[in-house]
Amino acid sequence: MLFDKFKEMAGFQAELTERDIKPFGAVTEKFLSPTEGIVGGRKVILAGTNNYLGLAYDQRCIDAAQRAAQDWGTGTTGSRLANGSFVEHELLEQELADFYGVGHAISFTTGYSATMGMCATIAGPGDVILLDSDSHASIYAGVQLSGAEIIRFKHSNPDDLAKRLRRLGDRVSNTLIVVEGIYSMLGDTAPLQEFAEVKREYGGYLMVDEAHSLGVLGATGRGAAEATGVEADVDFIAGTYSKSLGSTGGYCVSQHAMLDIIRYCIRAYIFTASASPSTVASTRKALEIMRQEPELRAKLWSNANKLYSSLQDMGLSVGPTPSPVVAVELGDREQAILCWNALMDAGVYVNLVIPPASPSTNFLLRCSVSAAHTEEQINHIINAYAALLKNGAISVRAE
Amino acid sequence: MADSKQYLEFMYGALAELNKQGLELSETTDMIADMGLSSLEVMEFIEQIEDEYDISIPLNILPDVNTIGQLAQKLQELIE
Ligand SMILES: Cc1ncc(COP(=O)(O)O)c(C=O)c1O
Repeated sequence: MLFDKFKEMAGFQAELTERDIKPFGAVTEKFLSPTEGIVGGRKVILAGTNNYLGLAYDQRCIDAAQRAAQDWGTGTTGSRLANGSFVEHELLEQELADFYGVGHAISFTTGYSATMGMCATIAGPGDVILLDSDSHASIYAGVQLSGAEIIRFKHSNPDDLAKRLRRLGDRVSNTLIVVEGIYSMLGDTAPLQEFAEVKREYGGYLMVDEAHSLGVLGATGRGAAEATGVEADVDFIAGTYSKSLGSTGGYCVSQHAMLDIIRYCIRAYIFTASASPSTVASTRKALEIMRQEPELRAKLWSNANKLYSSLQDMGLSVGPTPSPVVAVELGDREQAILCWNALMDAGVYVNLVIPPASPSTNFLLRCSVSAAHTEEQINHIINAYAALLKNGAISVRAE
Repeated sequence: MADSKQYLEFMYGALAELNKQGLELSETTDMIADMGLSSLEVMEFIEQIEDEYDISIPLNILPDVNTIGQLAQKLQELIE
């Protein structure tokens, strides 16, 4: 039967419904501030929203969105190649290119379609894509659509990448390497300097998805490539507006003029309506604020370091390095569900991540820290985890 | 042109450690359905093969591969 494959998921969802636990699809009923809301009837600190700079609820961005809706209406009713390109879309692309100091930028309707569309288009049949084994679902989806030969290398492992590039021989000139800046689940940063060295030695084209590192890393917030000083080695940078910029949409920027031609070949760009005017306007405003207020990034890191080091000091199994993504790994599904629910009861809303969305067979209680979190809120989150430890719901990591 | 036998021999050896049920391995043994390998174990096994023959096995071929014999066949195509 067509639906047989959904039986396992149906069983899991039925179990959660019966227990009245809603980790997937919890509904936010009201915002009280950028970092507080009513979720499932409970007042909680929003600690899993990827709203890194707090700009998703910034009055200046809200005003920009309102004005754009007034001037341009609610939707674009078409693709960029048909009737859906407005002045605002072009301005956003120019501002992105300017921000990155490159000549070329494309704006997409979602971050998912940006990475998926670029991976599916840059490489094609006869080409090779080398991707990090822990790549985001949008990257996996894109490479599968590309028709290229897909080869995986070990997560953040430059030696494994080098080995596989060497094995390709002459084919490296037809090879796209895909990595991310900060990995979304454990918050670890890719060793871009080493990757860039490998690329310099063997060749190939490099794409970095900075979805979680835009606004978070680098002196001006351009991401991991900026932070590691390898922007000249990166051929394509992809990213999303949905996290640090607090709206929706995605982008790709490049030093290659060919990006302007590639635009006309990306199905995920051609056959979908462009972003709504209000979305584009709030994105532009958020980008402007992000550029003008580096103190947001400083605040984000001070919050992130505090949460990470506190949970690590408690002995919890956190990711390998401090980052605005602070995830606690748990081995047991039932324990993860109960802890997620206990955190909700304690007024802290985090993400519950289950395999295969997590990078291993482990379950994650994943926090994303915001510059808008107050010191009290960070302390509240820390105390909620401490309470889980104290009542035995969670245990310290095995050494 | 070598036949797929040499690949089979190498794979039987590499799989011995993962053969927890002590199955009699043959070309028709299904690595997941019969041997119960996890996806992680499959990836590690593939990596051993890759290092042995100094190749990369593209993900694209994996949907068509269930048995040891099918993998040997693909390997032969890749290498020769
Ligand atoms: C690495 C990575 N790429 C792409 C995306 C997709 O972005 P969006 O959710 O804005 O569509 C995400 C986030 O979901 C991501 O983590």
